Parts: sequence; C-alpha cells; structure tokens
Amino acid sequence: MIRIENLSKSYGPAQVLRDVTLDLPKGGVTSLIGPNGAGKSTLLSLIARLIAPDSGRITVDGMDIARTPGAELARRLAILRQENHLVARLTVRELGGFGRFPHSAGRLTQADHAAIDRALDYLDLQALADRFIDQLSGGQRQRAFVAMVLAQDTDYLLLDEPLNNLDMKHGQAMMRLLSRAAHDLGKSVLVVLHDINFASCHSDRIVAMRDGRIFASGTPAEIVAPDPLRDLYDMEIAVREIDGQRIALFYG
Amino acid sequence: MPHERRARLALIGLALLAGGLILAFMTLGARGNWDFVLAFRGRKLLGLVLVAHAVACSTVLFQTVTANRILTPGIMGFDSLYLLCATLLFAAFGAAGMAGLDPRLDFALNVAVMIGASMALYLWLFGGEERSLHRLLLIGVVFGIFLRTLAEFVQRLLDPNEFMVLSDRLFASFSDIPPQLLGIASLLIGAVTLWLIPRLSRLDVIGLGRPVAINLGITWRTEVLAILAAVSVLVAVAAALVGQVLFLGLVAVSLAHLAVGQSAHRYVLPAASLVGIILLVGGQMLVERVFAFGTALGLIVEFVGGITFIALLVARGRR
Amino acid sequence: MSARARMAAALALVAGLAAASLFVGVSDVSLSGILQGQDRDWLVLVESRIPRMLALVLSGASMAIAGLLMQIVIRNRFVEPSNAGTMEAAGLGLLVMTLVAPAAPVIAKMAVGAAFALAGTALFLAILRRVPLRDPMLVPLIGLLLSGVLYAGTSFLAYRFDVLQGLLAWTQGDLSGVLRGRYELLWLGAAVAGLAWFAADRFTVAGLGHDVASSLGLSHRRVVALGLAIVALVTAVVVVSVGRIPFLGLIVPNIVSLALGDNMRRAVPWVAVSGAGLVLACDILGRTIRAPYEIPVGTVMGLIGSAIFLVLILRGGRRAA
Repeated sequence: MIRIENLSKSYGPAQVLRDVTLDLPKGGVTSLIGPNGAGKSTLLSLIARLIAPDSGRITVDGMDIARTPGAELARRLAILRQENHLVARLTVRELGGFGRFPHSAGRLTQADHAAIDRALDYLDLQALADRFIDQLSGGQRQRAFVAMVLAQDTDYLLLDEPLNNLDMKHGQAMMRLLSRAAHDLGKSVLVVLHDINFASCHSDRIVAMRDGRIFASGTPAEIVAPDPLRDLYDMEIAVREIDGQRIALFYG
Repeated sequence: MPHERRARLALIGLALLAGGLILAFMTLGARGNWDFVLAFRGRKLLGLVLVAHAVACSTVLFQTVTANRILTPGIMGFDSLYLLCATLLFAAFGAAGMAGLDPRLDFALNVAVMIGASMALYLWLFGGEERSLHRLLLIGVVFGIFLRTLAEFVQRLLDPNEFMVLSDRLFASFSDIPPQLLGIASLLIGAVTLWLIPRLSRLDVIGLGRPVAINLGITWRTEVLAILAAVSVLVAVAAALVGQVLFLGLVAVSLAHLAVGQSAHRYVLPAASLVGIILLVGGQMLVERVFAFGTALGLIVEFVGGITFIALLVARGRR
Repeated sequence: MSARARMAAALALVAGLAAASLFVGVSDVSLSGILQGQDRDWLVLVESRIPRMLALVLSGASMAIAGLLMQIVIRNRFVEPSNAGTMEAAGLGLLVMTLVAPAAPVIAKMAVGAAFALAGTALFLAILRRVPLRDPMLVPLIGLLLSGVLYAGTSFLAYRFDVLQGLLAWTQGDLSGVLRGRYELLWLGAAVAGLAWFAADRFTVAGLGHDVASSLGLSHRRVVALGLAIVALVTAVVVVSVGRIPFLGLIVPNIVSLALGDNMRRAVPWVAVSGAGLVLACDILGRTIRAPYEIPVGTVMGLIGSAIFLVLILRGGRRAA
C-alpha cells in the first residue's frame, strides 16, 4: 500500500499540493484524473521521489521513501514520466536492460535477460529489439520506455500520461496492457490520464484531483457520473452506459 | 550484438593509431644521445597524455551528469574558474608566503579550492530553474570571460614582481608543461581513473537523465556531486599542466561518439581518451616537425575547436 | 525632471568625469600650476591628458552607438562588435597590414581594418543564416565563438611572424599610450557614428524586419549594409587608436533601452553620453586603483561589461529577440 499523509508542495508562490492525504491500496489500476494544474503529475513525482515535498510523508509498504535507500525503492516502485529525452544512443533491448539495474547493478544475469525478453514480448517489441531508440516513432519509443519499467519488475508502476504520443490503437493497447499487468501479474498501477473515458473503461479505482486537493475517489461508477464530473471540470458532462461501459460525453 | 563489435573494433583502431603516434613522437627525427632524447620527450609525452585523458574524461563525465552532448567543463567556464582560484589563492598568501611552499603543495591546495568552487558553480548553473540550452551556454561562455577578466584584474592589482612569480607558477602551455607537477598529476589522474572503473555501468544509468536514474535507484545528488568532484580534479590538473583548453574536450568526445557509435561509458571513456591523445600527440608532432612552430598547439586547438563547436550548434539548429 | 533637464544633468556628470580625467595620472598636473602657466603642467595637459580625455570620450561614445546600431540592424539585443566577429576581424586586418605594408599610414591601416571588420560581420551573418531557428541566445553565442576563432587565428599569425607584441596593442584597450597626434582618427570615427543618428529613422524601420521595411518602401538590404559599414568603420577606428573595449556597445544601449524604450533617434544621444561617461569612469578607476600602475581600460570594461552582460542574460533574456 502507498500511504500519503498531509503532503504539501509549492513552487515559489504557487501551491501545487495542499495537505493531501490518500491511501492507495495494493493491486488493480488506479487512475488519477482532474483538470490541468490539479497537481496530478506533482503527486506522482513526489511518490516516485523525483521531487521532495515541503511537508508530509509518503510510505510504500510501510517504508518511508525519504529514508529508504534509492536502490531498495527502485525494486518496488517504478515511474515513467511524460517526457523522456534520451541523450544516450541505446537500442530498445539495452534500454530494457537498464530496467534490471536495480537488481543486477549493471551485470546482467540469465534471469535478467529472461526478464528483459518477457517485457519486450509483452510490449510486442521483439522485432525492434536491436533498433536504436532515436530511430523509432514516438509511439514505439513510448512502448520501449514502458518495457524498461516493466523489466524493472516492481510491485508498483507509476505512469504519467502514458497515452500521450499514442494513436487510438496504441492507446487502447497500452491501457489493456496496464490492466493485464495489474490483474495477471499482480502489479499495482497508478496512472495519470487525461481522457476520462479511458479511465472509466480500464480502471478499478479513480482518484479525482482539483486545485491541489483530492476531490473525490471511488469506483468508475461513482466518479464517472454527471454530478461529480461537473464539479470537477466546471462543465456539463453527460454520461451514458454503452455496452456496459460508462462513457462521458463532452464533445458536442 | 553487432554494434558492440563495432565499438570494440573502433577502440582497437584508436588504440593502434594512438600507439603508432606515440611511437613516432618518441623516435621521429631523434639525433644524438638516446637517453636524453627519450627522457626529454618522455616527459613531454606524459604531459600530453595526462592532459588528453583528463580533458576527455572530465568532458564525458560532465556531459553525463548534464545529460547533454554540447556542454563541456571548458565551455561552461570551469577552466577559467581554476585560473581565478589559483590567482586569488596567490593574492591572499602573497608571493612571500607562496615562495616557501612546495609547488606541489600549492597545487594540491588549488585543487582543493577548485573542488569547492566548481560545486558552487555547478549548483548555480544547474541547481535552480531549468534553462534552455542556448541560454545556459551563453551564461557559461560569458561567465568564463568574466572569471578570466577578474583573474586578470586581480593579477594587475598585484605587485609586478609578484605577478612574475605567479605567472611562472601558474601559466603553463603545451610547450611549457611544468615537469615538477607531472608526478602529482599522474597520481591524481590515476586515482580518479581507478575510482571511475567500477562505476562505469552506474554512469550509464546517470546518463539517462535525472528522473530515469532516480527511478532506477540512483541517489542522484550524492552521485552527481561525487562525479563533479572528480571532474574538478581533472579540470584542475589539465589547467595546471597546460592552461586553458576550451574546446579540446568537445572535439575529442564528439569524435569518440562518432567512432564507437553508442554511448556505454566502457567504450566512450577510453575512446575519448584515445582520441584526445591522438589529437594532442599528433597535433604536437605536426606543429613541431612539419610546421616547425613549437608552441602554437594551444592556438590550433582553439581555432579548430571553435569551428567544430559552431558547426555543432548550426547542425543542431537545422534538425 | 524634464527630458531636457535630465540630459543636461548627464552632460554635466560626463563633463565632471572628463575634467577629473585631466588631473589623474602619474605626473602631477595641478589646477594651480596650469593657472600660473607652468610650462611642465601645460605640456602634460596638452600633449597627454587632453588627448587621452578626448580619446576616451570619442571612443566611448562611438563604440556605444556602434553597438546600438548593430543591435538594431541584426535585430538582437545581445550583439555588439566584440561578439559578432567585427572587432576581432578588424584586429586581423591591422595585423595583415603590419605584415604586408608596415610603412603604410595609419589611415590606410584603418581602412583595411574596416574592410576586414565588415567581412567578419558578413561571415557572422552568413553563419546565422544557416541556423533557421533563431533563438535570440544563439546569436551572441555564435558570435562569441566566431570571435574566439578569429582571435586564435590572428594570434597564430602574429605568433608565426613574431609580432605578438604588436598584436597586444589592439587586443587590449589601453590609453596609456595616447598622445597628441595619435588619436585624431577618432574624430572621424565619431563623425561616422554621428551618421547613425542622422539616418536613425531608416535604421529603426529596418530594425522592424525585412517585410515591414519593404512594405514601407525601404531597401532593407541597403540599409542593413549601410548600418554594418558604419559599425565596421567605427570599430576599426577605435581598435587601431586605442584597442579593444569589449562589451561597451552591448551594455550601454541595453541599459538605456530599459530606461527609454527603443526609439533610436531618442536613444542615440543618451547612448553616446552614457558610453563616454562609462569609459571615462572605467579609465579613471583603472588609473587610480593601483597607482602608479595602470589597469588598462579594456580590462576594467571587460570585467564590468561581462558582469552586466551576465545579469542581462539571466534576467532580461525574454526581451532579447
């Protein structure tokens, strides 16, 4: 379980997170939604210790992330950010290999190679395994990075808007993959999403944020409903159930 | 894997070329007493090799922690920082205080001050808000000019006699590598190199950039500051041996990347060192034997390096 | 205070600095000595102090105007002759003249220096044209690098032909050698810089860019060429007479523009007065701080200039385009 207690963060005068307290139980897919500037990415980065909070505490399976050695955490929790610029010239397989660094410290064993292959298979990247990252399309590159964090083989997987750069087909495939990772491999996935319909169709739990606070959290059925969505986004959003999926309508 | 083989072949090729040049440097056109010639040229060669290795390694490390292929310690003003530190230290103690001091001790003191000062410079440049690459470069270049002018200003404030002592002690050039520092320079560079070897794969991870590296379990701040301390030592050694070499690192490392075609440190670091050695030893030979000039290698490096840098910037802009 | 009163105050300040400049130096020149008509005092005053003061005022004012002009026609706030290849190319031209025609009169050397300066600026512009994305920070960066390359090339030549000592005279702004008969060319430089004021409106329009200028019926190309020719000439005159004074043309116009905005006709007098004042102040500082030794004005200016440039990059970079 990831436990967040009284977390606050400001950038200069702008307070991005205000006293956030939240428990994220183990297992399943949890989506973080909310308007721009709600603090979703900041929350994710704080959990992944990429930035330090002004106050508050985060524990992962009871370990305070501020005190736990980086390598120890890296075997339990992985994050993939939105923007991934690589200066290094690496192949897809080498990038996947870096996911094994917390386990092998750079000396890949047979088990590591097996884990890398599994991750590449999972993302359907075997055909591209020896291509350099800078020769790939945006979507392929995104998948290569996901392969890296999958190879990291952590219990918790944090992704910041992984659907950016992906077309509809690959977006759908990515969400199905995260869902499979959660339900088949027993991982806990926390994902920031912009598209509330992807969140509605693929999550077990939705956490809605607004103005640096937790606005609501619950099942998709509870959150993807006209009333909470109107208050969250300040606009009228109709919700219809189509083939058993709750779809928000906000295009018209 | 094919590209690993290519990298290995490139390393072997570079090593052979460097070895050949070194052999030629030691023997070409030598007349008279061999013992003398070998000892004389050997010292010169050792100086060039140390500088090449120090500049190449410091540049690779700096580019790794800044996740960038254009920034180098020389361009970002770290060489000039050494010049200023040494000048200020000298001004603080005065010629009389320094005269009694062993030059090696003096140098060690300079290195210590340099480590502190360059950490401060790094944190100032990279610690705060994120800046665009071009702005960062411009800041680095102008700050380098500022530091150099400040050093010159302080030197002018000294008594002219003291200034003579200072320039004897501090301002070296390729033709005038201070022999008394070769021992301690070898020691320092050797220590840093040994320290680096077990860290090669960790450097690869750090080169992926801060977020990815932290995700993979790197304790970013500690690691980066340690690497920076190593960079400071290398920069200080190179600057003490030959003075400023703004663009050598950029040229050597860019060529090394071209040669090995990938970015694992176990290939790039030795390749950059070898390219540096090829450039310096080959260049010195060219300057001495072909053009019969003697002391202009620094200027040539500056000239070629500056053009390379402009070309890199233009090429980046076009992409 | 009205604009006129402020200008008068600035002029008075510069006049005060100029007067102070007359009485600073190794040999004592006293007001009483001059009033009593003592020969020695008069001699120092007329032969050395007045020429030096005039050289400072003229080179300061014309370099500052040249910087402003360059910023307007290249359309970048952070360029000036010392970071656009102009100053270093002028030095190269002077060196070439020293090697090829050492006996040529100063005016001929200056003319060749100006031609080189113009060619150096043209090279700079040609490089900039190859960078489609004109990040305002990239322009001075490339200029500084190009200047470094030109300087290395010049030093190499000087080294090869054993005239490094002569090179030093141009690479470092130093007025300790200015005497009567050795600075008068600066009047020409100042007159050329005055042309910039005369044609200020044209340059302001050209500064709006090729399209706007053309639609206003101006030959953009020709105006830019004229502007850069003025800059090259002024630079060559200053370099041959007193040496490099780096960053002056950069910081003065930027500070004036912070206070006054960007109308060139209004800015030119202020830029000229501030440039003269700043150089006078730097020179007085360099002469007093370590008396009896002198710190060259180029060093003092380089120190202050690079510090202010740094602040400008750190703060006002957003306005740089």
